[in-house]
Amino acid sequence: MNPVTLEAIAPHAAREEHPVNQETLEDVPAALRATGLDLHYGSKQALFGINLVVPKNRVTALIGPSGCGKSTFLRCLNRMNDLVDGVRITGKVEMDGTDIYDPRVDTVSLRRKVGMIFQKSNPFPKTIWENVAYGPKIHGQRDKKALDEVVERSLRGAALWDEVKDNLGKSALALSGGQQQRLCIARAIAVEPEILLMDEPASALDPIATGKIEELILQLKDQFTIAIVTHNMQQAGRVSDYTAFFYMGSLIEFGSTDTIFTNPREKRTEDYVSGRFG
Amino acid sequence: MNKKIIGKLAMGLTALCAFGTIAAVLWIVGTIVWQGAPTISWTFLTSAPSEGMTGGGIFPCIVGTFLLVLIMSVIGVPVGTITAIYLSEYVDRESTFAKWVRFAVNTLAGIPAIVFGLFGLGFFVRFGGGGLDAIFSHGKLHWAQPNILWASFTMALLTLPVVIVSVEEALRNVPQELRAASLALGATRWETIWKVVLPNCMTGVLTGAILAVSRGAGEVAPILFTGAAYFLPQLPGGLDSQFMELGYHVYIMATQSPDVEATKGIQYGTTLVLLSLTFALNFSAIYLRATLRRRSIQ
Repeated sequence: MNPVTLEAIAPHAAREEHPVNQETLEDVPAALRATGLDLHYGSKQALFGINLVVPKNRVTALIGPSGCGKSTFLRCLNRMNDLVDGVRITGKVEMDGTDIYDPRVDTVSLRRKVGMIFQKSNPFPKTIWENVAYGPKIHGQRDKKALDEVVERSLRGAALWDEVKDNLGKSALALSGGQQQRLCIARAIAVEPEILLMDEPASALDPIATGKIEELILQLKDQFTIAIVTHNMQQAGRVSDYTAFFYMGSLIEFGSTDTIFTNPREKRTEDYVSGRFG
Repeated sequence: MNKKIIGKLAMGLTALCAFGTIAAVLWIVGTIVWQGAPTISWTFLTSAPSEGMTGGGIFPCIVGTFLLVLIMSVIGVPVGTITAIYLSEYVDRESTFAKWVRFAVNTLAGIPAIVFGLFGLGFFVRFGGGGLDAIFSHGKLHWAQPNILWASFTMALLTLPVVIVSVEEALRNVPQELRAASLALGATRWETIWKVVLPNCMTGVLTGAILAVSRGAGEVAPILFTGAAYFLPQLPGGLDSQFMELGYHVYIMATQSPDVEATKGIQYGTTLVLLSLTFALNFSAIYLRATLRRRSIQ
């Protein structure tokens, strides 16, 4: 791999206090670029000037202790925080050169491009087929055959097809927790987003189901850019290419996962990844 | 006096009052079933009053009540549901407007039924009907008199709070994660409501409708001046017809009948039918609501 200058990947971050660990960053275009992102809940500030790049077709893990702002930051990337009363956001998040917080940006088309997987699997109380077809239908696909194809492709993509292909008409709620979460992933990729945001997608699952989700994440990164919030250090180590360490609403350090885990620049990062706090 | 004795007295008194409630229900229901059951027969349920209202059955009253609550539901349930959707899905719970709407709903629920009756007469019959007549019947009296449509409108207004409150509760029971899932897929707020939220709270809408019907079926005052009739030789033929109704029938049988003693059986029988109807509706609403709660916990 060809180490390049930091500017190639995070020019904005570079001008900041040095939150970015420079070694071993590849020359990968940015899928999303947050610049000076502040977030307030009412009078309480939850994010402080976040500068972070989510590299394209890579897995970026957001780690940090509870309440550090990593989930809040993730939800800024598809503007899900807009739905929370009293939230005020300043700064920029650029995607394909457009600030997604520009008032002209339509959140509906943004969220179509930036999908989300939630901590608690949340399939609709409908059939498996209906769950996956929901997004494409909303976006205008009416043809039953085309929908069947999307459903199959998405379920295959989420490594669930073989388990459910004979039961597509069954209620999604009859699936196990791990299957439900993979169904949610299938539902998200059915609308062909560019980016997938995952908010602790495996935190409610047993180790086997977690393993399947992690395997899936590694498969998905060929097609999608993935940003994943996780509490689990090993998980971040296993699935991610880049890791961002958040602490008390600030981005402390960002770099390749290897560097963050083996040779972090910041003491706090080292303490956290080695399990000394958090 | 001894503290122990006071304690015992207090307990005895509270228990007595509690028992009184049960006794009252048993007494009322018992008397009605006891006195009304002998009157109930297939003929009683399916024939019209005869012999100067001292004989025959209550079929027109059953039909009238049925039509009244049906039209009332067609008007009131959609309006109530839509209001509840606005309150739960669109407007901030703490906003001034939401507070005003809620205040209005609570006030509406507290207005005595007879006031609704008078309002119905003044607003729907005179104003609404008068307006229709001015436009369509060239001032000839047609809509500006009591009929089943205006009675249903009045009843719908009376039962609106019931619908709003139960639908709103059902909407709040729909997990927030489902809305988030839909929005995160790029659905609009309306698509989310229509395709995810509403299908998940149909039980609530149904409960609201049943409670409204059971409330409406039991009220007489709102229809006194807006459409109920003492006796009609035929069943209502259109929205502009008057109608007979169970509760109103009991009232007139007990107060306006030429021979109150002779109609006693009919009074009890009619009351029993009315009571069975309201109980059945209330219990199905309770059952639906319990199912809904159980599902929302899972």
